[in-house]
Formats: sequence, structure tokens, C-alpha cells
Amino acid sequence: MTTLQQAIEQAKAAGHKAFIPYIMAGDGGLETIKPTILKLQQLKVTAIEVGIPFTDPVADGPTIERAGERALAAGVTLRSVLQTLASFRDEITVPLVVMTYFNPVLAYGLKPFAQACVAGGVKGLIVPDVPLEESELLREALNPYGIDVVQLVSLTSPPERIARIAAASQGFVYAVTVNGITGARSRFANNLEQHFASLNQASPIPVLAGFGISTPEQVKKMGALGDGVIVGSAIVTALHEGDLATVEALVAASKGMLEKSTL
Amino acid sequence: MMGISIANSVPTKEGRFGQFGGRFVPETLMTALLELEAAYEEALLDPAFIEKLAYYLEEYVGRETPLYYAENLTKALEGAKIYLKREDLNHTGAHKINNAIGQALLAKRMGKKKIVAETGAGQHGVATATACALLNLECVVFMGAEDIKRQQLNVFRMELLGTKVQSVESGSKTLKDAVNAALRYWVTNVEDTHYILGSALGPHPFPKIVRDFQRVIGVETRKQIVQKEGRLPDAVVACIGGGSNAIGMFHPFVDDESVALYGVEAAGSGLETGKHAAAIAGGQLGVLHGAYMYLLQDENGFVQEAHSISAGLDYPGKGPEHCYLHDIGRAQFDSITDAEALEALQLLSRTEGILPALESSHAIAYTAKLAKTMAKDQVIVVCLSGRGDKDVHTVRAALGGDVK
Repeated sequence: MTTLQQAIEQAKAAGHKAFIPYIMAGDGGLETIKPTILKLQQLKVTAIEVGIPFTDPVADGPTIERAGERALAAGVTLRSVLQTLASFRDEITVPLVVMTYFNPVLAYGLKPFAQACVAGGVKGLIVPDVPLEESELLREALNPYGIDVVQLVSLTSPPERIARIAAASQGFVYAVTVNGITGARSRFANNLEQHFASLNQASPIPVLAGFGISTPEQVKKMGALGDGVIVGSAIVTALHEGDLATVEALVAASKGMLEKSTL
Repeated sequence: MMGISIANSVPTKEGRFGQFGGRFVPETLMTALLELEAAYEEALLDPAFIEKLAYYLEEYVGRETPLYYAENLTKALEGAKIYLKREDLNHTGAHKINNAIGQALLAKRMGKKKIVAETGAGQHGVATATACALLNLECVVFMGAEDIKRQQLNVFRMELLGTKVQSVESGSKTLKDAVNAALRYWVTNVEDTHYILGSALGPHPFPKIVRDFQRVIGVETRKQIVQKEGRLPDAVVACIGGGSNAIGMFHPFVDDESVALYGVEAAGSGLETGKHAAAIAGGQLGVLHGAYMYLLQDENGFVQEAHSISAGLDYPGKGPEHCYLHDIGRAQFDSITDAEALEALQLLSRTEGILPALESSHAIAYTAKLAKTMAKDQVIVVCLSGRGDKDVHTVRAALGGDVK
């Protein structure tokens, strides 16, 4: 079992749902990365998704796009983020998952990128513009370094495809809960239960829900569908505004949730 | 290599042209791309679809377009004989309508009622708005805020045609950001919406679909030049932004070894200034908008803005099939600056009474150089991809109000 999956299984064993916050690395400058990660680690999150800014973030909504623009304006790059992580590597105990578009990884070079990930304590990688068909290259390059490549499943993925993605994904399966881009939402489709039921059955590894989850109520509701949640835009907004209370409330919502089998 | 067709060997079923192309998109779009591919292959085998497309191309677009012997231009340059493939005479004034009609018919066949598209200068947006008006499809076009400022008339044309134009305020506020916005819209509305991508770019199967719908340019040209000259041309020239008019013109000639293919990129203020749109000359391999291709980017993999006086060439990448033709040495790519294109625009206007689009003026400028190096009995065919009426304001501003 990989480090990432182990962290999720531990949360489950303790009666919690996994909670992975997404941060835009360097929103507010590179120097914000260390205190942000250490604070989230202190709140006992399951893992942290470290977002890398990109010029053309096609899977992201306005909140993360703006945060990315602020980070880009501060000169933040994939390289400088990984260097920053390496600088306080010894203090990091929570698994880190890098979320980046593919082109910065290509420009870095797959092998140097994998080595820099190891130096920064990175245990997983999410690349939203690399679907199953193009993902083999990433697994070949990163698995030898102990880094999981997480694949996404969407509401539009048919059952046969869901099974193949779940079989290929590592650490967990990232289940996109909306047709659309990242960002807060008040409504979700009403066939989510059915979608997650078949996804949970098909997947040999944990299933985490993400996209559009922005309130403690949604954390509970969406968390119940699988093994946990990923919260992005709401965390990014709260951190940008220095609103730690909201971050704490979101994390707290994932704690002590009963396993869905006992509901 | 005798008997092996380069033209028909790509793309592979994974959407690769050699190492280029592919499908680098969010998972939410994968099913839509696979469905589109299946629907497209099915449509190609349906005589009723082919017949309907042929009907609209002939009766509505006004095909076939003439292959015009530019005698005055030829005489002025004192070199090879120059023929112009008059795509500027199509309905809406450019080659873009060939693809827009084809994809709109495909969308209807797939039962999609809504269309999303991106546009830079507005030509593809106008062509798509036109096809949607004709075929009763609801249409939204994303356009960068900067481009909206530069192309007010095209915005109004689209609105007259019943299309909603959405301003894109993020990033560089130009074509690449309009594609981002259109992709996001498509991800969100994928169930009932088809994305009509305007160039030979994007994830598979778009580069193939756009190429196939634009191939009519080269197919007609091949037949026409044989009628007029009794043989194939020595050279074929086309401008290339993403590369839709160029791939449509080149493709039927790819397996004819005697025909040299020249793609002309926009050199903007000059390659040495860094302000250009020449991804093959000055870019590196990378992924943007779903495809692996030559791309203008910095050392961190951040995509750089393209620069060209011609909004239609103002894109930081080159279509994957062109990248492939470049890598295997089948086509040559060169570039033309803003200043050279402006000069060529005036040259063609004066000698032939044809005002070419700024995009097409790049091809004319390159042809002017090429013709002088060739013998008088040799033949060049140039794709005159669009008319220049849309560019009159830009040209006037660039020339300081004075026509030389």
C-alpha cells in the first residue's frame, strides 16, 4: 500500500473521512507555503494537495484561476515550489500531492521533476489534463520514485471506463462531482449516490469526491458518498482572506463521520 | 517508401501524428471526444451526410472557389507563375466556413442543439454564427476582451446572426484565453453542446475533423491546376496560425513528392524581438489545449503570448499535423514579419485588385520571395485564405493613414 493510500486508510480506521485541502502554492508569495502547510498539518488533514499556478488552467474556475494569477505575478513556478518544499522537508509529516497541468512537468523534464518531488516530500501527482489514455508515461516516470499518479473519474465516464480508470489510479480515485470546473456550487446532480455506489464497487482503492465542495454540510454529504473529500476553492478563498476559522470548520466536518456502511 | 501514403497514415487511432497530437484534456471531456470520434467516422460512411455537406458547400458557401492565375502579380515579380486559390470568395469571406458548416451538420446529426466556439479575429466566430443561424442551432462564441476591442464589427456581425458573444477577461485576453473559456464552457455543458473548434488544433479528433472539412481546398486545387497547366504545381504556399487553411491545402498533395509544401508562420515584429507567433521557428515541444505540439513557452512551461498584426495567426501553438510534416521534412516552414505582410497586402491590392486578409498576406509575401528564385515555367499555388475587408482599420493604423 502506498503512503498516500495508507494515510486515507488510517483516517477511515479512526472513524473519519479523509480530508484533503487544496492550496494554491505561493498565493501570497513563496514564503506563505511553509506556514500554510504546517498549519494544515497541525489540523490533522489527511494529505495536502499543492496546486502549481499555470497560465492556462482549463479545469479551474475563477477562484483558483485568480489565485494562480496572483501566484504567477509573484513569480512562483513548479521549480520554486518544489525547492521551497525541500527546504522544510524534515518538518513535513503529512503526504503532499502536487496538482499541476502537464506542460510545466514536461518543461521541467520527467526525471528531474520526479527527483525534485522526492526531495520535497511529494507522494502523489494529479494532472487534470492527462486522462487515462495519456497517463502511462507519468506512471512509468514517477512510480520508481514512490510517487502515485492519481486519475480522475467524471460523471460522464461510462461504467466500463470507470473500472479501467479505477484500476490504473494510485493512492485514491479522484471522483469529480460535477460536470464543470473547480469552484463553489450550491447544487449537485441528483444521481450522485448511484454514481458513487458503482464507483466504490469498481475501485480497489479509496474514492475521494472533489470539485464544488465548499461548506461543512457539503463535506459531510459528499464525504458520505465515498471515503472522503477534496476541498479547493473554499480553502483557497479562506487562506487568501486569512480566515482560519473557516478552514478549521471544513476540516472538522470530516472528523468522526460514521462509515456509510453503518448508516 | 514507394506506395506508402504519409497522408493517410496519420493520425493513429490514439490521435497521434508521429509524436504530436493526442488527447490532453480533463476526464469530463474524454467521453465527449470518444463519442465525437465515433459519430464522425459514422457520418463519413453515410452518403446522406456527405451529400448534404456537398449541397451546402455548393449552394450556400459558393464552392468551388476559383483557382485564379495572377498574371499581373506574376509579371511584377518576374518569376514562377502564381495561382491564387480564392477562399476569400467563400460566403463570409474566408475558408473558416468550410469547417463550420461541416461541424454544425455533424452536431445536428449527434442531436446536439447548442454550439460553443472560440474566435480570435472573429472570422471563425462569424462562420460558426452563420452556420448556426442556417441550421437553427443556439450559439455562444468566446472572444478575448482585447480582440473584442480590435474587432468591433465582427462582434456586431455575430450578434446580428443571433449569436451570444462572451468577453474573456482572463490571461492575455486573446485567442488562447478564448479557447480556455470555450473548453471550460464545454466541460460544463457537454451533455447538449458541441464545440466547433476553428483550427487544426486541440485534442483528437479535432485536428483530423478540421483537416478533413478543409481538404476541399486542396482537392479542388489539385483538379483545377491539372485542368489549367496539365500538371501538378511545383510549390504550394499557405499561411499558418493553428494551420487549418494550410492543412486543407497541403493534405491532398502530401503524397506527391514533386510538390514542395511551404507553411508561413507570423514573425510579428521579427523573430529576434521575441514578439512573434512562429512556434515552429521559435517554440519548444509542449502541451496546450489538448495537443502535444510546438509551443511558445518559457523555461518553466508557462505559455507565452503570441504576437502578430494578424489576429488570425496570433496563437502560441501549431497544429500537430504541421509539427509532424515539419519533423519528417515533408513541409518547410518559414516566417514573414508584420511589415512584409503589410507590403504584400498592398502589392496584391495594386496589381490584382484583390485585398487579401492580413493572414493570407503572409502567404503572398512568402510567395513573392519564392517566385523570384524559381523559373518562369514553374508554378506556385497560394491559398488566399480570406479577404481583407476586416483588416482595413488595422492596416490603415499601421500605415499611419498613408497608403504608399
